[in-house]
Amino acid sequence: MVTDLKKIWCVIIISLVILITAGCGAGEENDNVVIVYNWGEYIDPDMLDLFEEETGIHVIYDEFETNETMYPRVEAGAAEYDVVCPSDYMISKMIQNDLLLELDFEKLPNARQNIGAQYWQQSEGFDPGNRYSVPYCWGTVGILYNRTMVDEPITSWKQLWDEKYRDEILMQDSVRDAFMVAEKIYGYSMNTLDEKELLTVRDALIDQKPLVQAYVIDQVRDKMIGGEAAIGVIYSGEAIYTQYENSDLEYVIPEEGTNVWIDSWVILKNAPHQENAIKFIDFMCRSDVALKNFEYITYSTPNEAAKALIEDEEIKNSPVAFPDLTRYDNLETYIYLGEEGDMLYNELWKEVKSY
Amino acid sequence: MKSKKHLLAAPYAAWAVIFIVVPLCMILYYGLTDKSGAFTLKNILAIATPGHARALWRSILLSLISTVLCFLLAYPLAMILAEKKGNSHGFIILIFILPMWMNFLLRTLAWQTLLEKTGVINGILAFLGLPALRIINTSYAIVLGMVYNFLPFMVLPLYNALSKIDENVIHAAEDLGANRIQTFFHIILPLSVPGIISGVTMVFVPALTTFVISTLLGGSKVLLIGNVIEQEFTQASNWHLGSGLSIVLMIFILINMVLTALFEKDESGT
Amino acid sequence: MRKTADFAKKIYTALIFLFLYAPIATLIVLSFNASKTRAKWGGFTMDWYLSLMQDETILDALGTTLLIAFLSALIASVIGTVACIAMSGMKRRSRTVLMGITNIPMLNADIVTGISLMLLFISLGLRFGFGTILLSHITFNIPYVILSVLPRMKQLNPSVYEAALDLGAPPLTAFFKVTLPDLMPGILSGFLMAFTMSLDDFIITHFTKGAGINTLSTKIYTEVRKGIKPEMYALSTIIFVTVLVLLFLINMTPDKAQRKTDGKEETA
Repeated sequence: MVTDLKKIWCVIIISLVILITAGCGAGEENDNVVIVYNWGEYIDPDMLDLFEEETGIHVIYDEFETNETMYPRVEAGAAEYDVVCPSDYMISKMIQNDLLLELDFEKLPNARQNIGAQYWQQSEGFDPGNRYSVPYCWGTVGILYNRTMVDEPITSWKQLWDEKYRDEILMQDSVRDAFMVAEKIYGYSMNTLDEKELLTVRDALIDQKPLVQAYVIDQVRDKMIGGEAAIGVIYSGEAIYTQYENSDLEYVIPEEGTNVWIDSWVILKNAPHQENAIKFIDFMCRSDVALKNFEYITYSTPNEAAKALIEDEEIKNSPVAFPDLTRYDNLETYIYLGEEGDMLYNELWKEVKSY
Repeated sequence: MKSKKHLLAAPYAAWAVIFIVVPLCMILYYGLTDKSGAFTLKNILAIATPGHARALWRSILLSLISTVLCFLLAYPLAMILAEKKGNSHGFIILIFILPMWMNFLLRTLAWQTLLEKTGVINGILAFLGLPALRIINTSYAIVLGMVYNFLPFMVLPLYNALSKIDENVIHAAEDLGANRIQTFFHIILPLSVPGIISGVTMVFVPALTTFVISTLLGGSKVLLIGNVIEQEFTQASNWHLGSGLSIVLMIFILINMVLTALFEKDESGT
Repeated sequence: MRKTADFAKKIYTALIFLFLYAPIATLIVLSFNASKTRAKWGGFTMDWYLSLMQDETILDALGTTLLIAFLSALIASVIGTVACIAMSGMKRRSRTVLMGITNIPMLNADIVTGISLMLLFISLGLRFGFGTILLSHITFNIPYVILSVLPRMKQLNPSVYEAALDLGAPPLTAFFKVTLPDLMPGILSGFLMAFTMSLDDFIITHFTKGAGINTLSTKIYTEVRKGIKPEMYALSTIIFVTVLVLLFLINMTPDKAQRKTDGKEETA
């Protein structure tokens, strides 16, 4: 009888082990892969196919919505990624927390040749010495509005507090972008840690909340195209696409100034496929690939060689796609606020959201 | 044989310890320590900060309203369904389970589509010359989403309890001169208490802790305690605070369970 | 009087059904809408179905979802059934403890279960992916199996099994020939319940999934937050129709068998 029990046991345990290891192993059959973690809708999917075709490296592609949702997944190390595309301040946080791999620029010839000098210089602000990151896209944060739904030109962040537009306003559902809007109105730095200033900003955002239709991220685009809302806070890269879909839309950088950002490719220190990751980044910097990506996602590219290839003169000289930043004197870039600063911002943001 | 039988429990007992008990202990551990690993109550007391307290209060309020609405909608329906005994009863149950086979997110998405400012309902209202309905991104939309998603959880246990009631008992009550209202309050309602309790629990707990419905139908404007906890893990990466708030949430679920258990005892005692 | 009451009952049932099914009907109608925005009807089209068939990420997610649901329900059925048999031979106290633990995943909030499993997997150093999702799904599925097998177990007549032993059947044979067939309806409904729960789960998967793997739920969640693709409507229509057809088939064919089991339950 005891042997019978043992038999049942063995059968059960063995079948379980087989099933579970089969399950765990399913993803590991092919080791020639690169795992990419990028923003949603931030690449031309054909370029992933092309990369696979040319190199034979299989791309596992995953998307995140904000820098803040990306970071915990990468930090926990539970989900392994190779290449990530965070923004400036997040890169500096990752550098400080020793999450990034120093890049071997010998293996990145396309990056060295094609990325414009001013972008490398701009990157120095969050990546001193340009050791960890390769710029992928850049832009500003501004207001997208529907001309048929407003009766005056939108020029200022203050208009997001105008009672007239109750229920017609879309705000960004990410803490830094939301705070930046209010900070700029008061003339504060968007990196302020001054408690008094932050409390003022919090109260302003609470005041604004009844007027806001929704706090969203990627949905701003579709909602604006569909005429769901009149005014939305949006990244400059969406402007060209949305105008193409709905010609009533207009993008503007508000007069109080705004955030200039760069999203750059980085490789994680614990990346399991570092060689493939380098190849992937360099491939993305190839002028023809960067051009295709630009045409698909319409975010400003720092790739000068790709920009030269743009045939449509109107887009090439468009102040929306490639704004002349020297015209503005109140632009700023987010910097990492440190752990305490992050917590303070989060706490205040929760108070705004729960109100 | 009997003495050996219990040995078979070992695989499941091991599984339960590793995947149910240990993980809960980890939440307790994270919730009661700070980043350096020292013991602290601050993650649990953090529920008292204005943002968290408001989120918790709103969650309790909305889930209570949803539970009551579900009950009021489901009870008459369960009674009607329970009357129809016979070969169609299996089919009726299936019809109620059918929407549950549709993905939960797709069902909620359907309401987003219906309620939006330029959505289907407003399209129809505008066509009829009626004023637009503006409840998307408010607490009302969230309650609607909760009632819609959790209604089957209320109907099924009520139906089970009601269809088990022996008709002879009801006839006996009627023969003894009870009118329909008396029969309902003295016979049917008390006998369906087990169904009510499991229905209430099955609606209240998921409604209290949801973060999906509030995200999809609330436009991130209405912050529930589930949203706070989710964000502590997926955005703020403050696991200690997230675990602390989870412990608070579990306390509330526990209170709910104790209350229903007491109620059950009370009822069966009388 | 009776007629009006009947009429009111019919109206009420119809209204609830309308409430339950109107949103689903909307999704189905929109899946044939040529216009990308939901508010306008742009003519009839099957385009979304075609592009759905070509969308690899959605098909991958569908495959993963079905595989996980099947495997987790199967494994949970095995573990759960064995546990039920064991519990029938246990002392009262230890059985109460085990049942108490079993109830935890059902009564606890999904978000807490998901987070607790995430913390466990991280501390074990597991790679998040198919395996971790499967483990979590098995965990929350086992209670459903136990709760549907246990009542059957209690109805079992132990003397039948003992009679088989007395007649010389080895215990395993006796188990597979006598006990298991009696438990089968319970196991089957437990399996179905577990399968359904696994299909519908989003929250626990959300916390335990890894890079590049999606179930339908997590895929839909990211899509919905981006602005919904019409392909999603097509997908929900297909799921709905498939389930509907399956239910009709189950319900229509074995009419006699159905009545038989009904009769059994009533006499029991």
